[in-house]
Amino acid sequence: MINLHINGAPHTFTAPLSVEQLVAHLGYSGKRIAIERNGEIVPKSQHASTPLADGDILEIVVAVGGG
Amino acid sequence: MHTLTLAGKTYRSRLLVGTGKYKDFAETRAAIDASGAEIVTVAVRRVNIGQDAGQPSLLDAVPPSQFTILPNTAGCYTADDAVRTLRLARELLDGHPLCKLEVLGDPTNLFPNMPETLKAAETLVKEGFQVMVYCADDPIQCKMLEEIGCVAVMPLASLIGSGMGIVNPWNLRLIIDNAKVPIIVDAGVGTASDATIAMELGCDGVLMNTAIAHAKDPVLMASAMKKGIEAGREAFLAGRMARKYYSADPSSPTTGLIGS
Repeated sequence: MINLHINGAPHTFTAPLSVEQLVAHLGYSGKRIAIERNGEIVPKSQHASTPLADGDILEIVVAVGGG
Repeated sequence: MHTLTLAGKTYRSRLLVGTGKYKDFAETRAAIDASGAEIVTVAVRRVNIGQDAGQPSLLDAVPPSQFTILPNTAGCYTADDAVRTLRLARELLDGHPLCKLEVLGDPTNLFPNMPETLKAAETLVKEGFQVMVYCADDPIQCKMLEEIGCVAVMPLASLIGSGMGIVNPWNLRLIIDNAKVPIIVDAGVGTASDATIAMELGCDGVLMNTAIAHAKDPVLMASAMKKGIEAGREAFLAGRMARKYYSADPSSPTTGLIGS
């Protein structure tokens, strides 16, 4: 079991997964998003090669309207 | 004459606009087009997990290929949160370093927390960001931000979203006269004449959102703002006449009047 905190909420996964697999699972493949893992940016080029670990804290953001 | 150079890039428009508070993305885009703005601010927020993955996104309506996207740190109250937000924004925008820093101090008046703003600016400049910074209209702290290496200093004209206009033109003039980087009025403009006044003072540009988005007709107000900015810039360059207090000066000849 892998427990992740994504955008402030707990999510549990039964099998290990990479950042890229998480992005696909959430439906954001190909979308313009950015990800921070435990306070560090995970560049797009490293999504596939970055495995997620139990207890990871993730922020996934998008651009929205603002001044 | 009208171009604005920021961080080495030249823009035709001196009007910068936000993308918040519009009815929908179509209205956002129509207003931006009417404004002629080339630099457009966006906010950075968490995605709603499980809710909006398939929805159209703002950057589809306002693509980075057509506009210079200026991500902001609206809603951040500490230097750390602002820096984290802009690191995410840079990743979001494929390494694009231009950003708008704002660190707020009070949720009611949205006045900037200047100690945290200065701290965040130092970190961001060291990390290679091109920082445009929302700040208090304090000439000393504006100079500090310039010396840190911000590419534009953006004092408020009045409170964010208030539409109160240029409440302290005297401070703005002090800031402008002392600056070596572009000074852009950010926040407080309510209508086209406010934008004109800012430009007549010698500001290099004006950044606004609510004044357009909350007009009854946002697209028409966007067009009015474009003209207000241009009129103010031309008036500034033309150099206004000296004010004469308590004495009139007729525009028509004082000789050759009939019956004289």
